[in-house]
Amino acid sequence: MGGAKRPPFRFRWNWLGVMPFLLFAGALLILPTIVLGARSLAGADGSTTLDNYRNLATPVVIDSFRLSIKISLITALVGGIFGFLLAWSMVLGGLPKPVRSLLSTFSGVASNFAGVPLAAAFIATVGRVGLFTILLKAAGFDMYKAGFDLYSFIGISVVYLYFQFPLMVLVITPSIEGLKEEWREASENLGASTYQYWRYIALPVLMPSILGAMILLFGNAFGAHATAFALTGGNLRLATILIGQQISGDVLQNPGLGYAVAMGMVAVMAVSIGIYSILQRRSERWLA
Amino acid sequence: MTIAGPQSGSLTGHGAAGGPGKPTGSNPIPPQGSLVRRLWPWLIVVLGVVYFVTPLLGTIRLSLRHNNGTWEAWRLILGNEQMWPAFGQSIVNGLATIVVSLLIIVPTAYWVALKMPRLRPFIEFITLLPFVIPGVVLVLALIRLYSAPPLLLTSTYNSTRIVMICAYAALSFPYMYRSVDNGLRSIDVRSLTEAAQSLGAGWPTIVTKVIFPNIRLAILSGALLTFAIVLGELTIALYMAQRTLAPFMADIVRNKPFEAAALTLIAFSVTWLALGMISYVTNRAGRRA
Repeated sequence: MGGAKRPPFRFRWNWLGVMPFLLFAGALLILPTIVLGARSLAGADGSTTLDNYRNLATPVVIDSFRLSIKISLITALVGGIFGFLLAWSMVLGGLPKPVRSLLSTFSGVASNFAGVPLAAAFIATVGRVGLFTILLKAAGFDMYKAGFDLYSFIGISVVYLYFQFPLMVLVITPSIEGLKEEWREASENLGASTYQYWRYIALPVLMPSILGAMILLFGNAFGAHATAFALTGGNLRLATILIGQQISGDVLQNPGLGYAVAMGMVAVMAVSIGIYSILQRRSERWLA
Repeated sequence: MTIAGPQSGSLTGHGAAGGPGKPTGSNPIPPQGSLVRRLWPWLIVVLGVVYFVTPLLGTIRLSLRHNNGTWEAWRLILGNEQMWPAFGQSIVNGLATIVVSLLIIVPTAYWVALKMPRLRPFIEFITLLPFVIPGVVLVLALIRLYSAPPLLLTSTYNSTRIVMICAYAALSFPYMYRSVDNGLRSIDVRSLTEAAQSLGAGWPTIVTKVIFPNIRLAILSGALLTFAIVLGELTIALYMAQRTLAPFMADIVRNKPFEAAALTLIAFSVTWLALGMISYVTNRAGRRA
């Protein structure tokens, strides 16, 4: 080819600069996932088949996905609402500046406070001999007799909320800060009440951010493994726990099914992150 | 993931300090309206603080209630023979992860900013993959890929450890890339590079002597978050049978509640320290910008 083809040649040369990154990410993120995907399509005899996905309809798998989704939905909803209220109080509630910055720093820490230490902290607090349990007992109310159990659906939801709602605070605060003061002034000048301002202006503008953030929380809880594992030692049947058991070789005797479960989780995560980024982009139009 | 996290990672991890820059709440609602309305925010904040703080109080109380004496749980855990090697290994893993992550991310982000700005969204998309692949799925995939022939990379403890550190580096990409990229956006990469080149500097000199010092605060905040994540990471270490802090802690939590409480407070303080430093660093960066 002639000299006119020089730009494409330079283009390829530039790609060399990002090759180390692409190779690294390929070896540790992309290739392993592709291999899992390929194995989820392989039957026991090595042929290509969708059997593993058809077998996802076993009670164990369905129950684990159902429980994971239930916990993720509840904690995304409750954590989302309360996180939004807390962020709203911090930004627009007229709190003194030190309180605000303390809360935002603490949100940063708490949203990363997951896993083993979180499980231990909750055992120490609402476990059978935990601080809160004992205080309530002294006040005449036995949580455990009333049906509470730290190692159950409700218990684990309470624990997950500890990192869910500060995460909501972190994600939603910039959006609330992005509300323009002029909108409120304009609506007041037109005679709108505070309720009307929120109902017809602020909330509609914030809604994509709020929904997006809640979907992020959903994914956050759905992919969580360490907290549940540390808390129950793998007895609560979440989708992540099921995959963990697959690695250590118990429960599911069918590896292909395990790979299909793993790909199912990736699909759920991909959908939630995808919706999050779409909603995020939509809200940037107003709040950027 | 918790995405967050590692699992619990958060997309805004580097914003742990509430984000640099933007002065928050420049327009607080002026104190008008009824007393009840002004009390609402306080009520919510107090509720939030109670929920934040109660588990910590519960943990402190439990750590001091060992039957054989107030400080017995602390004495036992600090004297535990497995604790310090596990802690040490996690610290070394954290530092190694930071080095690997920086070696990959800084040159890449710099190269993209300088030569291929249109590639930015693509690179960012790849760095976000750890949020899409749950940690437990990733470790399953890594074990299946690298333990089987022909790639027997997980045949010994130390080679497995290298695979794990590389996996941690990949998990750190969302935070590290965003920090470094934000840092690069705040400086004029092209002018700095051309100035250095006209003075005769080669690529290694430019990256280490010109670019690095100019974005060192961004790098530091990404590095501290990475460190906190590695220190607490359980899932990958557990299934790769690595004797790091988190699997050790998980074992203690199941068997020795008092010591677990003490160890939790230690781990929490270290995380606090790392993330508190991010807040300090980003505040300083915000003031300079």
